[in-house]
Amino acid sequence: MLIDKSQLKIFVLRLADDALVIAHRLSEWCSHGPSLEEDLALTNVALDYMGRARMFYGYAAEIAGDGSTEDTYAYDRDCRDFTNLLIHELPRGDFAFTMARQYLVDEFNLAYMELLQQSKDPTLAAIATKANKEGLYHLRRSRKWLLRLGDGTAESHNRLQQAMEDIWGYTTELFEMDELEQAIVEAGIGVNAIHLHPQWKQRVTATLTEATITVPSSDWAVTGGRKGIHTEALGHILSDMQFLQRAYPGQQW
Amino acid sequence: MKLYEVFIRSRRGLDHKHTGSLLADSPEQALEYARDIYTRRSEGVSIWVVSSADIIASQETDCESFYDPHDDKPYRHAAHYQLPDEVNSM
Repeated sequence: MLIDKSQLKIFVLRLADDALVIAHRLSEWCSHGPSLEEDLALTNVALDYMGRARMFYGYAAEIAGDGSTEDTYAYDRDCRDFTNLLIHELPRGDFAFTMARQYLVDEFNLAYMELLQQSKDPTLAAIATKANKEGLYHLRRSRKWLLRLGDGTAESHNRLQQAMEDIWGYTTELFEMDELEQAIVEAGIGVNAIHLHPQWKQRVTATLTEATITVPSSDWAVTGGRKGIHTEALGHILSDMQFLQRAYPGQQW
Repeated sequence: MKLYEVFIRSRRGLDHKHTGSLLADSPEQALEYARDIYTRRSEGVSIWVVSSADIIASQETDCESFYDPHDDKPYRHAAHYQLPDEVNSM
């Protein structure tokens, strides 16, 4: 099955938005980290995601071929145009929340990028290969933090348990597929996220159990990111991130 | 948090060199932090971390007894040999 360029562009922008928004959330820890060491480690991960966002946006611009650049997508679009999964945009919260989100996303991304490496689209396959190398390290880090926090003090345990409860309903969306992504999968370009769920659930359950954290019940779910329907948090990110380009269009430094 | 000393080997064939120190909860975390702090500009291909408390260091007060006795033993230096041109570092 063939897909047209506009479909491919929408798909690539989804992956780009995911990476940019989580990069921004992680970068908010810069100079606020619990220790100097962790501050640098967190911002390293942020930069990995930022690099990933740039590659995806750059590729989307290339597909569009209409003079758009990576900056056009990052700075000149409003909330409804962003199609990131909601889990990425949730406010960074406390350190337990940040690491809980990161771990859940890292488990998902590693599995996703592993499969995307086999994409028939050579650019996506190349980006996935790079992302996969970084992803192995991200997961190693976030997984250890979960064990440390969950099996740490009563305070860290409670905070991590609370964070998991607050995030859990946003994980459903990771495994949703719409018609467009279905077509992308059938074209041999994308990844069927539904198939990733059993292994993800198994790995996450194993980690949480080891961290003495109860796996939250799946009795609520929030979705809408891929349709441009966001939480109130995204608007705040954009007002922060896009302010300069909105106030001084085309400004460089 | 414990203090660790970080040693980085910049290229294969070279020695690990002391690059700095950091605070971490465990040796494993120290290794990861060392990666994040000291190799982010591609400075290394191998990292050692050592708990600072495990290092036995000579003290300032040891100087006289440790090093001064070597000052009058020039015959221990290879300075008087004529080095062939091919030998670059000695």
